[in-house]
Amino acid sequence: MKTDFHLDDATVVAYAAGSLSNCLSVVAASHIAMCDHCRARVRRAEAVGAALLETGERQQLQPGALSSVFERIDGSDWVQPKSDRKAFRDPDPSLPLPVSRLLGQKLDDVPWKTAAPGVGIHVIEKNPDGSSLYMLKVRPGHKLPDHGHAGQEMTLILRGAYRDQIGRFARGDVADLDEDIEHQPVIEEGEDCICLIATEAPARFKGLVPRLLQPIVGI
Amino acid sequence: MVIAPAVTDGNRRKSGTNSQAELFARLLNDVAERRDRQAFAQLFEHFGPRLKGFMMRKGANAELAEDLVQDAMIAVWNKAGMFSPGKGSVTTWIYTIARNLRIDRLRREGSRYFTDIDDYEEASDDPASDEIVISKQQDLAVTEALDVLPSDQREVIVMAFMDDMTQSEIADKLDVPLGTVKSRMRLAYRKMGTVLEDLR
Repeated sequence: MKTDFHLDDATVVAYAAGSLSNCLSVVAASHIAMCDHCRARVRRAEAVGAALLETGERQQLQPGALSSVFERIDGSDWVQPKSDRKAFRDPDPSLPLPVSRLLGQKLDDVPWKTAAPGVGIHVIEKNPDGSSLYMLKVRPGHKLPDHGHAGQEMTLILRGAYRDQIGRFARGDVADLDEDIEHQPVIEEGEDCICLIATEAPARFKGLVPRLLQPIVGI
Repeated sequence: MVIAPAVTDGNRRKSGTNSQAELFARLLNDVAERRDRQAFAQLFEHFGPRLKGFMMRKGANAELAEDLVQDAMIAVWNKAGMFSPGKGSVTTWIYTIARNLRIDRLRREGSRYFTDIDDYEEASDDPASDEIVISKQQDLAVTEALDVLPSDQREVIVMAFMDDMTQSEIADKLDVPLGTVKSRMRLAYRKMGTVLEDLR
């Protein structure tokens, strides 16, 4: 299978290890939710974690550890580890669950801000370390500026499609691109293209967002 | 109550591993179907110290590690019925439980943010998909494949899985470009992947 539309092997490994950085892991989890092929690859990589767990260093448990586990089981004080997973009860069926939960609203209700003519942006998260997670909504037929990828960057197509030098990317496809790749996506006619994008490094001059903002802020 | 260890060190590796995988699957099945405490105790005895070592290696102090081990083993008790042998070994299943719990805990403590990593496991597990059916020989084969990886590839695998380092952190630590870390990971994965594919 052509891997251009799937997760990079190195991403599969980092995800299985639980050490993929946060924003990237959201995009990876969302693609995996839509892709049987990559889900199977992640499972394969998880077997590596299991082998390392099996042969790794052991630390003696406190005396009575097993009894306290049984006590907790009997006291049924065990609750599903608390998370915000139940916080959003009406997921958008057109979205993979991780995106739906994070967004907390339907894709059609997202309050887009104009980043450039024809391009809406919705920032989900922006961290002090420079990593960020955002969505773009681009008009049909629109041509994005030619741009590179600073550090690691991953794009998942949620709706619509675009074409670039690599090929056609449609719903569920992921562009897990190396930093040396430059491309210029052109949105297909018909409907808006909506993507979820995570970047690890601070956006550099050649990155997509700086290139988009260039005509506006004059950077 | 004295319980014999699930396995002894002598047969932990090599030929012992396959029968060990079968034993774990049987024990977990007993936990699921009969709420068998002795079976659970055997799993606890085997995995507890390994999980604690795993958590401490990733930076947890002894107290937090102990806490996470308890949470993980209680999850094993509660979710035993959800284990599906066609999708991997018991060890792999427990590894993913522990990994996810740890990430959840870190996220709640605000040091790191991670969307529910096990969404995809709950949301879209379709046994009829092109999911690989991993044989009982998985644990053994992977361990052996890890042993024969070139040291630079093994190193990045260990740093990612055991030391909880991102690719960029590994690149900094080894003083090599990010691309080098990635290509070592790819090579390692492809070698391991071939081994797992061969078992299908």
